[in-house]
Amino acid sequence: MKSFRAFVIKEFKHIFRDVRTLVILFGMPVVLVILFGFAITTEINNAKIAVLDLAHDNYSHKLLDKISSSGYFNIADDLKSYSEIEKSFSKGDIKLAVVIGENFGKKLINDKDAEIQIITDASDPNTANIVSGYLTAIIQNFTFETGALKPPLVTVKSQMLYNPENKSVFMFVPGVMTIILMLVSAMMTSITIAKEKELGTMEILLVSPLKPWVIIVGKIVPYLFLSIVNSITILLLGLFVFQIPMNGSHILLFSEVLLFIISSLTLGLLISTITDTQQSAMLISMLGLMLPTILLSGFIFPISSMPVILQYISNILPAKWFIIIIKSIMLKGTGFDTIMFETSIIVIITLILGIMTIKKFKIRLE
Amino acid sequence: MDDKVITAKDLTKTFGKFTAVDHITFDVKQGEIFGFLGANGAGKTTAIKMLTGILSSTSGEAKVAGYDINTQRNKLKKNIGYMSQKFSLYEDLTLKENINFYGGIYGLSKKQIVTKTGEMIERLDLQHIENTMISEIPLGWKQKIAFSVAILHHPKIVFLDEPTSGVDPITRRQFWNLIYEAAEDGITVFVTTHYMDEAEYCDRISMMVEGRIEAMGSLKELLERYDAKDMDEVFLKLAR
Repeated sequence: MKSFRAFVIKEFKHIFRDVRTLVILFGMPVVLVILFGFAITTEINNAKIAVLDLAHDNYSHKLLDKISSSGYFNIADDLKSYSEIEKSFSKGDIKLAVVIGENFGKKLINDKDAEIQIITDASDPNTANIVSGYLTAIIQNFTFETGALKPPLVTVKSQMLYNPENKSVFMFVPGVMTIILMLVSAMMTSITIAKEKELGTMEILLVSPLKPWVIIVGKIVPYLFLSIVNSITILLLGLFVFQIPMNGSHILLFSEVLLFIISSLTLGLLISTITDTQQSAMLISMLGLMLPTILLSGFIFPISSMPVILQYISNILPAKWFIIIIKSIMLKGTGFDTIMFETSIIVIITLILGIMTIKKFKIRLE
Repeated sequence: MDDKVITAKDLTKTFGKFTAVDHITFDVKQGEIFGFLGANGAGKTTAIKMLTGILSSTSGEAKVAGYDINTQRNKLKKNIGYMSQKFSLYEDLTLKENINFYGGIYGLSKKQIVTKTGEMIERLDLQHIENTMISEIPLGWKQKIAFSVAILHHPKIVFLDEPTSGVDPITRRQFWNLIYEAAEDGITVFVTTHYMDEAEYCDRISMMVEGRIEAMGSLKELLERYDAKDMDEVFLKLAR
């Protein structure tokens, strides 16, 4: 026990004396959450648009009022002719241009084809789709209000369950947490063990009376602790800065986070058994873990729209299941029974990784 | 028999078809400086790994400090010290923190660590750098510190794996003085080297060639037996 304590104290000293480690441990989580929460969003807020009003009548003014008061759009450019549209786009700050056809009001009342054209900047197709969708909805609403169009017999009212305002931060916080836990647990653990090998201190530890499991547990404990601190930080940021709801059980959430941390730590140990230098440990963690996690876990790109083979690959990533679990607990408030399947997959993957690690470790000692 | 701290009989290690250590038999007496010489790749490091309990042997048997190398590793490890050619101190810890750490993992009490640290710092005259990071300490100092740390818990035997490689001749000379001091304290020293001239510092020498011990004895015996001026010549005759 005395030797275990000496070991863990030494590990914490390594961590707190290395600026690079500190930045990854404490700067990265906060920066990522804030970045994804504020800067990278798929929602539209005050998107700048240009308007070419060829009608200039009562109705066209009303429509423009409605658009600018919606909160989604901000009329930044009032154009005089068609030729100005392209110029406005090439200046780069508008996302969309609306053209209101001549005699808009008259045609609207007389049931003729009143024309509105929406031109979007499809060099960013995602945003183009979303803004044109928003604008179409506003225009449709306007035509009902003016009575120009009778409401259809069947009205489809879609309701966004669990995330009624379609906030992207609900998606990003679980994703960021997954990445940070991978980074801290898997990458940092593999690097710290590889470092001992590279510097030759691992031999000293193996010759010493420390039992191999003490060395491993001693290496893991500080990162386990820091991972827990990090997940709490990210969750608190999510709850209080971005108002993500927490509908499920805290204990369940904590246990699942712990399970994922253990799974990532095991992965880190496995990587450390096959690498001898910090650099290769870092490369393997980056290319073999971080990239697939970011790209294939469903964090940024929806899994259902991936090629089939990538969908299969995504199934062996604990990260994919972990993101599903976190969202279910936080947003839907589900209990353990509904996420049992996902949980058991992570458990199985962890066990397989654990067995592989022990086998590799034994081979090295023989 | 009691004064023998290492006994090895037909100790062998094979990796697949390659035999790294081939039936070596030798013993080392208490307080002796035993030189384990051989070219790079002759099997010295593999032999040391088996004797320190990191690597299990394929066949043969050996006892170190009275404990079997395969079955009594825990007791064995408490009674030996080890220093490798990389000096193995933590660069981002201070001198004192390194000592505390090694004392800690060898199970020394706080009190013991404090007294031993005091003794060591005084003996090596290190008062001015006791709170300096190891990364800022010159190589020659690091090597002496690493050796003193390896014998901090006063082991029965200390294994030194190429402790002088990459160090200038003057520092090497000073380092050997430390080894003599340790031997006078009753610590048996098992040292590997590929510097043939260091052989003259050892009480007894064994020469390893391709996994086998080809010759063993004191420097004088070996020089007479092979009719050579120095160890270099002995080595060349053996390697042929």
